[in-house]
Amino acid sequence: MARRSAPEVNAGSMADIAFLLLIFFLVTTTIETDSGINRKLPPIQDEQDPPPLKERNIFIVLINSNGDLLVEDEPMDLKNLKQAAVQFLDNGGGTGDEACNYCRGAKDPSSSDNPVKAVISLQNNRLTKYSDYIAVQNELVAAYNELRNREAKRLYGVTFTEMEEAFKSESYTGDKDKLKERIGVIKDMYPQKLSEAEPKRTSS
Amino acid sequence: MSKFKKKKSGDLPAISTASLPDIVFMLLFFFMVVTVMRDTSIKVKNTLPYADQVEKLEKKDLIMYIYAGEPSDRYQSVAGTEARIQLNDKFASLRDIKQFVFEERQNAREELRQAMIAGLKVDKETNMGLVSDIKTELREAEALKITYITRKGEALKNIE
Repeated sequence: MARRSAPEVNAGSMADIAFLLLIFFLVTTTIETDSGINRKLPPIQDEQDPPPLKERNIFIVLINSNGDLLVEDEPMDLKNLKQAAVQFLDNGGGTGDEACNYCRGAKDPSSSDNPVKAVISLQNNRLTKYSDYIAVQNELVAAYNELRNREAKRLYGVTFTEMEEAFKSESYTGDKDKLKERIGVIKDMYPQKLSEAEPKRTSS
Repeated sequence: MSKFKKKKSGDLPAISTASLPDIVFMLLFFFMVVTVMRDTSIKVKNTLPYADQVEKLEKKDLIMYIYAGEPSDRYQSVAGTEARIQLNDKFASLRDIKQFVFEERQNAREELRQAMIAGLKVDKETNMGLVSDIKTELREAEALKITYITRKGEALKNIE
C-alpha cells in the first residue's frame, strides 16, 4: 500500500480571520493624544486679606456673556489682546528695587512695574460662553509664551517652548537638570500670574 | 509513460498567498498594542473649543476626564437640554465630583496620586457658570491641577 501523507490543513481562511480582527482594532483605535491648556487652581484657604497690589500692576480683562472684551476699561478685539498683554507685562516701569533690567517695554509709569509683580485678572460672568473664555485664556498664555520665548532665545539660544518640549521628551540626550534649572529661570522672569475671580452672577 | 514530463511553459504559477496571514497578523499586533479602548461613551455634546498654546498630555492614566455639555439628542428626553456633567459613563451632579475624584485617586498607584490631572472636556457652547462650579468642586476636593482639553487651532476660530 502506498503510504498516504497527512492532508495539509487549509490555511486559506486564516487571512480572513486575521483581517476581521484587524478591522476591529482599526476601528476602535484612537491614536491621537489629547492636548490642552494647563492651569493650576488656587487652594481654598481661610478668609484673609489679599496682599496689597498697586492698581497699575493689575491688568483687568472682563468677558461678558456676548464674548465682548473690556480690557482696562476699554473695549477691545480679541486679536489685539495678546499685544496689549505683552505691553503690560513687559512694561517695566519700576525704579530702584523694582526695576526690570530685561524688559523692553515703554516704561510707562501708569503700567506695570515689573513682570514679577504684574497680575492679570480675568473676570467673567456665569453666562460667558466657554469657547470665549478659552480663547481669552489662550491669548493670555500666548502673551506669556512670547515673552518667555524671547528671553530664552536671548539667554540660551533656544525658545522656551522648545526647552519645555525637550524636557518632556524621553529621547532628550542632554542634561535634564540643567534644562530644568533654565526653565525655572525663565519662569521666574515672567511668572504666570493669572487670577480668576469667581464669576459674577448678574449679567452685565 | 515517462515520469519526467516537461512542464508546460505557458501558464504562470499562482502567486503564493501563504505569507499574507503573516503580514496581516503583523498589522493586527501593531494595532492591538497601540489601541486604547474607549471606556466611556460620551453622552453629552462635545465639540471642544480651539486653542494653540497647548501642551500634550502624555500619560493618559493620570487624567481624570470630566465631560460637560448639553446632553446629545438621544438623551435629551431623559436628561433634558440643560448642560450636564458626565463622569465615567453616566450623568452626574456637581456633588458627585468629589466622590469621583476620591475614587480615581484610590484607583491610581500610590506614588502617582499627587500627579493626577483633571481633564476638562467641555463643550464650547457651555456657560462658564457650570465650569466654575466644577472648578470650585475640584478645589474643594484638592484636585488643583486641571487642564482644559482643546482642539488644535487658532483661538480666533472660536468666535464665529
